[in-house]
Amino acid sequence: MAEVTKLIHKYLRHDKKFPHVWCPGCGIGIMLGALIRAIDRVGYEKDEIVLVSGIGCSGRLPVYVDFNTLHTTHGRALTFATGVKLAKPSLKVIVIMGDGDAVAIGGNHFIHSARRNIDVTSIILNNSVYGMTGGQYSPTTPYGMRSSTTVYSNIEQSFKISELAVTAGAVFVGRGTVYHAKLLDSLIEKAILKEGFSVVEVIAHCHTQYGRQNRLGTAVEMMEWQRDHAVNVEKAATMKSGELQDKIVIGVLVDKELPVYQDEYEKIRERSRAVAGR
Amino acid sequence: MVEGALRAGCRFFAGYPITPATEISEILSVKLPQVDGTFIQMEDEIASLGAVIGASLAGVKSMTATSGPGFSLMQENLGFAIIAEVPCVIVNVMRGGPSTGLPTFPSQSDVMQARWGTHGDHPIIVLSASTVRECYDMTIKAFNFSEKFRTPVILLIDEVVAHMREKMVLSDEEGVEIFNRVKPTVPPEWYIPFEDTPSGIPAMANFGEGYRYHVTGLTHDIRGFPTSRPDEIGPFIARLHRKISQHFSEIQMAEFFQTEDADITLVAYGSVARSARRAMIEAREEGLKVGLLKLLTIWPFMRSAVEKVFQVSKILVVPEMNMGQISREVKRVNRGVAKVFALNKVDGTIITPEEIMNRIAEVA
Repeated sequence: MAEVTKLIHKYLRHDKKFPHVWCPGCGIGIMLGALIRAIDRVGYEKDEIVLVSGIGCSGRLPVYVDFNTLHTTHGRALTFATGVKLAKPSLKVIVIMGDGDAVAIGGNHFIHSARRNIDVTSIILNNSVYGMTGGQYSPTTPYGMRSSTTVYSNIEQSFKISELAVTAGAVFVGRGTVYHAKLLDSLIEKAILKEGFSVVEVIAHCHTQYGRQNRLGTAVEMMEWQRDHAVNVEKAATMKSGELQDKIVIGVLVDKELPVYQDEYEKIRERSRAVAGR
Repeated sequence: MVEGALRAGCRFFAGYPITPATEISEILSVKLPQVDGTFIQMEDEIASLGAVIGASLAGVKSMTATSGPGFSLMQENLGFAIIAEVPCVIVNVMRGGPSTGLPTFPSQSDVMQARWGTHGDHPIIVLSASTVRECYDMTIKAFNFSEKFRTPVILLIDEVVAHMREKMVLSDEEGVEIFNRVKPTVPPEWYIPFEDTPSGIPAMANFGEGYRYHVTGLTHDIRGFPTSRPDEIGPFIARLHRKISQHFSEIQMAEFFQTEDADITLVAYGSVARSARRAMIEAREEGLKVGLLKLLTIWPFMRSAVEKVFQVSKILVVPEMNMGQISREVKRVNRGVAKVFALNKVDGTIITPEEIMNRIAEVA
């Protein structure tokens, strides 16, 4: 049996849920593949994994995989994940969000989860648009681009999700694209192995909405754009900021150590018991 | 409320500071870590209820506490807890509104927000308390109901009761019944997480215990998967309602004080029930046959208790610190049998026994 078939048999749910909701050519499947391969390589039991998502195209991801899966409200996935993790730290909690989910409606939860260093992994599919609702502009839609709600051009500056995560205190931040699938595998693997708040930003295309409205071509052409505009982090360090203007810096942006919330809280428990016993 | 929560087995609290509910957070931040529980202060009330739901799905009894403005923010995830059938307890120490309103003054103006604050057709269990002892008892009840019926339960407390000091004796708990969620006993491959059972309440598996299933805020089929089939949507929504409605007799709690011969019956809850009881005693001393129906369960509304009162009393007076949120319900179930009078107060002060006496004199 081919390796991929084994993974499909092991990790995808076979009862009822296919075909999936995503458009042909969508990058979410590539991200899902990378996630499954990473989990398989690390060797987690399926019972140990809790996969949490918000709302949108990316939010539909958990339903297809055979883990403990939790499809929450828009933008709030990290809050649910926080509760799951703190209530049962033995579980491995992975959160799937879109750009709207993570940095628009859920932006506050995102920065605070990073600041607290909650031990969950966030995988954020950034396709620069609200795809499921019909292609409205998101906080990551670049300046000057068109969407269903910026037909005269987007006049807002966009967030850089990974840089936001770095500033907010995430201990591991990596960025990849759905074109660079092997890099994505390794970024997700590193992120889920990291203790503390880890983030993988996945640059993806929405050819159905964003691509069509901005005449960016087919899914393949948009992925070729990712290939042509990606610069790995080592090379980016040697480039001038002007040269990086329209580039996507990919690779590991941060990998550092900070006290993890649940470990710190365990100390609080010990201290509280000492106080109570006095 | 804190003691009741701990006695009921609560081991997770997530909240956001808000007057007049903050004391619950403060005390639990001290006590929960002592019993291996977890306290976390979140970035807002939306996050607080999200974390509470997550912790409950992981198998830990969980609660939050807030006041009107925070309760408004929780409505989104309250709906999630209802549709995904996640047990949890939300304490709302009410303040006057709308908006920031009266942070430090008593009010009962969230009765309807508790009922209909979150969108969509849904049942809800809302309890109240008028003494410190009842705060303890009702918190335990709230946890028991939430675990038994797989639903969020709201405890509506007014500021007077929440800040009251009264002596109570906790006699090492003989007779305190604690209910824990029913877990599946079948093998994982047989488990149907949202199965329609005779009780309407499916067994609940906790995350990480071998029963991998899908939890979603989308309308779902019996396996938890999103559905758009009318033949699955209809029965699901019907079951959500039925699992509460067929247990009304267990959920609905009230106390009757001298209603057997009452010409006039007061219907009250929370701190107002205390004033009403005093008014009843004083009215009886003056020769008026006054009774009191004290509601402990606010929602589902106690139609049966009110109808019982109608059999004797032809005049009902409903004093409350809002513009008539419960008196409207009493009028709704009245259907012309009796005369129903409201006594509404929304100026941030409590309703006194004298004011109730005056209202009785007006309508008698």
